[in-house]
Amino acid sequence: MNETVISVKELTKRFGAFTAVDSISFEVGRGEIFGFLGANGAGKTTAMRMLCGLSYPTSGSGTVAGFDIMREGEQIKRHIGYMSQRFSLYNDLTVWENICLFAGIYRLTKRETQERATELLKTLDFASERDTLVGALPLGWKQKLSFAIATIHHPEVVFLDEPTGGVDPITRRQFWELIYKTAESGTTIFVTTHYMDEAEYCSRVSIMVDGKVCALDTPARLKQQFSADSMDEVFRTLARGAKRGE
Amino acid sequence: MTNSNRPMRTFMVLFQKEFLQIRRNSFLPRLIIAFPILVMLIMPLIMTMDVRNVNVALVDLDRSTASRRMASHIEASEYLTLVQNTAEYPLAMKALEQGDVDVIVQIPDNFEHDMAVSVPKRISITANAVNATKGSMGMQYVIQTVAHTLTELYGERTPAVVSELITVENRYNPTLNYRHYMIPALMIILFILICGFLPALSIVGEKESGTIEQINVTPVPRLTFILSKLVPYWIIGIFVVTVAMVVAWLVYGLTPAGSIGAIYLGAALFILTISGFSLTIANFSETMQQTMFVMFFFIMTFMLMSGLLTPIDSMPLWAQRFTLILPPRYMVEILRSVYLKGTAIGELWTSYCALTISAVIFNTLAAVTYKKQA
Repeated sequence: MNETVISVKELTKRFGAFTAVDSISFEVGRGEIFGFLGANGAGKTTAMRMLCGLSYPTSGSGTVAGFDIMREGEQIKRHIGYMSQRFSLYNDLTVWENICLFAGIYRLTKRETQERATELLKTLDFASERDTLVGALPLGWKQKLSFAIATIHHPEVVFLDEPTGGVDPITRRQFWELIYKTAESGTTIFVTTHYMDEAEYCSRVSIMVDGKVCALDTPARLKQQFSADSMDEVFRTLARGAKRGE
Repeated sequence: MTNSNRPMRTFMVLFQKEFLQIRRNSFLPRLIIAFPILVMLIMPLIMTMDVRNVNVALVDLDRSTASRRMASHIEASEYLTLVQNTAEYPLAMKALEQGDVDVIVQIPDNFEHDMAVSVPKRISITANAVNATKGSMGMQYVIQTVAHTLTELYGERTPAVVSELITVENRYNPTLNYRHYMIPALMIILFILICGFLPALSIVGEKESGTIEQINVTPVPRLTFILSKLVPYWIIGIFVVTVAMVVAWLVYGLTPAGSIGAIYLGAALFILTISGFSLTIANFSETMQQTMFVMFFFIMTFMLMSGLLTPIDSMPLWAQRFTLILPPRYMVEILRSVYLKGTAIGELWTSYCALTISAVIFNTLAAVTYKKQA
C-alpha cells in the first residue's frame, strides 16, 4: 500500500439508542479494490454515507482523499464518485442528457464534456442508446451507466453500494471488467457486495458484523485465517455470529 | 480535469435539466397552459357575490292600479323574479318555507285609496335570511323597487318633479362588477397553486425517486441547486400572469388601469416568495403526501386571510394584525390597486418592500434548510 486515500478511526454512527456503525477503523490505499462486505443491516451503507459526506459521524474521525469527513464534506465530493444502492439517475432524461448533466455538475467544460461523454459511450458500447430515456434501459445497462457517470470526473475514490444487485452474470462480469479498468488508472474502488465470487476479485476485503469490522485482509489470507475454501465460507462463519436481523 | 472557474455552468446544466423534466412530463406542460386559461375563463363567472334571481311573492290585498304597477316593476327588475301573485299571506309564507320564494311583499288592503286621502297602512316585506347575503341583498333590491314605485305614484300626484336627493358613484369599479374585483384575486390564486405546489413537488419527487442523493453527493453548491429549482417556476409564473392578463382583457375587457410594469414587478417578487416558501416546506418533507398536506394548511390560511375573498377590514382586529405577516396580503393590495385604481409603484412602496423582504427571507430559508449532509 503506497498512499492512503481513505483513513478511518473509530468511526461511529448512532441513531438514538441504535448504534449502526460501531467504532470502525481501517485504511484504504490508492488503486485498491476494497470489498466492504457484511450482511443486510450490518451498517455498510451507513458507513459509506459518512465517507461520502452525506451523513455526519456521531464520533470518530476520518479522511477521504485528504479531506476531513466531519468538516470538509463538500471538498470530498469533488474528488469522489458515488453509486447508490438504489438506481438514482434521472429516468426521464436520456443517456446523453444524464452524462452531460453530471459532467456539468462536476464542472467539466463543454469541450471536456463532449470528449468524455463520447469516450464513455464508446467504452460502454452505448453509442446506439445515446438518445434512449434512461428509464427504458434494462437494469444491467443502468448500472453500467451509473458507474460510468460516477467516474466521469476521474475521481480519486469511487464508492459503489451493491452495484451488481439483481444484475445478470454476463453483465456482472462486464461490470467488474469496468471496475478493474478504472482501478488500473489509479482510482480507488470501495465496493459493497453480497456476491462472494466478487469478493474474490477484491484486493482486500473487510467483513462487517453488527456495526463492527470483524475481519480485514486479502481474500487469500482471510481464507487461510478461517481455514476455509472460499470467501463464501469465511462470510458464513463470521455472519453466523450476528445478533441483528435484517 | 475539473474546472472550477465556471460556477454559472453548474447552474445552467441544472436549469436545463429542470426544463427538460417539465417538458418530458406528460401532464405538467398541459397543466401550466390550460390551468390559467380555464381558471380565468370559468371562475370569474362562478365566483360572484352579485345576487340575482331573487324570487318574490306579492301578496296583493289591495288589487288596485298601484299594486299592479308594483307587480310590473318587480317583474321588470333584472334582479327580481315575480313567482307568485296571491291574495293570501299563508300561501306565500308556505312558498317561502319551501324555498321557492326569497322575499314576500305584502300590500295592505285599501292601500291606493288610503294613499290618496291620508297615510296608508304599511307595506310589509319578509325575507328568507338563511342565506344571509341573498336575504339582505334581496331585501335591498325589493325595497328599492318598492320605493321607486311609491316615488312614481306620489310624483304623479304632485306636479313638482321628484328630484334625486342622493347621487351615488362607484369609483374604480363603476359598474360594481364583482368580476373585476375577483380577477386580480384569481391571478394570485393561480400563482399560489402553480408556483407554490410545483417547486415543492419537484424537490420531494427527487427525494422519493432517490435522485436527490446523487445530487447531494456531488459538489453542487446548495444555493445553486435551490436556484435551479426556483428560476424555472419563476419563468413559468411570469408566463401564467401574462396568459391570465390576456384572458382578462379578451374575455372580460379588463385591462390594468396602472402600469404593466408595476404588475410584473409585484408578480416577480410574489412568485419568488411563494416558491421559496414551497421549497422550504419541501426540505422538511419526506413524501408527497406530507408536502401536499402541509401546503394545503398554509394555502387555506393564505386564501382566507389575505383579503383575497373577503375584505381584511371586516376581520377581527387580531386577525387584521395577523395578516401583516402573510405575503399574499401585500400582493392582493398591489394587484387590486394597480389593476382597478391605477396606483403607481411609488404609492405602494411599503407593499413592494414587504414582498421583497419576504422573498429574501423564504429563499434564504430554503437554501439554509436544504441539507446535503445530515
